[in-house]
Amino acid sequence: MILLKLFYEFFKTGLFAVGGGLATLPFLYNMAETTNWFTAETVMDMIAISESTPGPIGVNMATYAGFTTAGVLGSLCATIGLVFPSVVVIIWVYKIMEKFKGSQLVQSVFYGLRPAVAGLIAAAGLQALYPCLIRFSGSFDPLSLVGDIQWLAIILFVALYFLIKKFNKLHPLVFIAASAVVGVLFQFGA
Amino acid sequence: MKELLDLFLTFARIGGLTFGGGYAMLPMLQKEVVEKRNWVSEEEIMDYYALGQCTPGIIAVNVATFIGYKNKGVIGSIFSTAGVIAPSVVIITIIAAFLQNFADLPLVQNAFGGIRVCVGVLVLNAVQKLWKKGVIDKATLLICLAVFAGTMLLDVSPVVFVIGAGLAGWLVKKAGGAK
Repeated sequence: MILLKLFYEFFKTGLFAVGGGLATLPFLYNMAETTNWFTAETVMDMIAISESTPGPIGVNMATYAGFTTAGVLGSLCATIGLVFPSVVVIIWVYKIMEKFKGSQLVQSVFYGLRPAVAGLIAAAGLQALYPCLIRFSGSFDPLSLVGDIQWLAIILFVALYFLIKKFNKLHPLVFIAASAVVGVLFQFGA
Repeated sequence: MKELLDLFLTFARIGGLTFGGGYAMLPMLQKEVVEKRNWVSEEEIMDYYALGQCTPGIIAVNVATFIGYKNKGVIGSIFSTAGVIAPSVVIITIIAAFLQNFADLPLVQNAFGGIRVCVGVLVLNAVQKLWKKGVIDKATLLICLAVFAGTMLLDVSPVVFVIGAGLAGWLVKKAGGAK
C-alpha cells in the first residue's frame, strides 16, 4: 500500500511544515532516511528542479518525490496528501480568523517555531550536502582523508555563495544552470 | 459552475507562471485576484499571507484556499487549490519521467553533481534569512541550536521538533520572555 503510505507521509509534512519554501526539506530528508523511496542525493535534485520550475516549491517537491516513488499515481497521492491538511486548517481558521490573528498564544508558539525551522533546514541541508563535498573512503589515514575532500566542489560552493550574495536579484535558475555547466565541464558526477 | 471554473483557471495561471511560491506569487495575486477579479481586497491578501505563514502547509496553497473559500465556500477552496497545484503536478511529472530515463547518462550525472552544490548554497541562504527573522534573543538561539543538534544526532521525525519548539516558545513567553 505504497500510495496510502505516500499520502500519509505527505499529510504529516503538510500538517507540520510551517513557513513555506524549503520547510518541506527536513521532512523529505527524513523520508529518504527512513524509507527506501529515494536517496538524500535525490532530495537535492528535487530542490533544484522545484526551484527551476513554476509553482510552489513544496508542491513541486511532493510531486517529484511521489513520482519517483510510485509513478503518476504516486505524485497525485503525495501532492493531495500535502495540501489536504492546509485546506482543512485554513477553512477552520477562516471561521475564527479575527480571534486567531492577534492571539497571544499563536504569537508565542511562532516565537518558538521560527528558530526551530532554521535549525531543521540547516541540519537537513548539511546532511544532504556533505556527501557532495566529502566522499569518505572508509580510511582514517590522513592522506586518504585529504583525498576524500572534493576540492572542486568546495571551490564551487564558496564561489556560488559570494556570487548569489552579490547578484541576489537574479533568479536561482541562473545559478542552477551555471552549476550544471560547471558540473559537466569538471565531471562532478565521476 | 462558471465561477468555480474561473477560480480554477485563475489559480492555475498563477501557479503556472510564478517560480518559487510564497512571496514570489504576491504580485501575480495582486494583479489577477485583486485588480482583475475583485475577489478580495489588497488588505485581505496581506492578512491571508500573514495567516498563511502562521498555519501549516505551503503558503501559496493556503492563500488559494482562503480566496476560494471566501468566494464559493468549501467547493471554491477545493477548486482554487486544485488550480494552484495543477501546473506543478503536470510539469514536474514530465520532468521526473524524463530524468528517470536519462539519470544514468554521465552528462546528466555530472550536471547534477554541480547542481547539488548550488542547491546547498541556496539552502544556506534560506537558513540565513530564517535565522535573521527567528533568532532574536537567547531563548530562540537555544531553540535553534537544540533543534539543529537534535536533527543531526538523533533519528527522530521533524514533527517532534516542530511540536517541541512550539511548546518551548509558549512556555518561554508565559514565563515572561527570557532576554
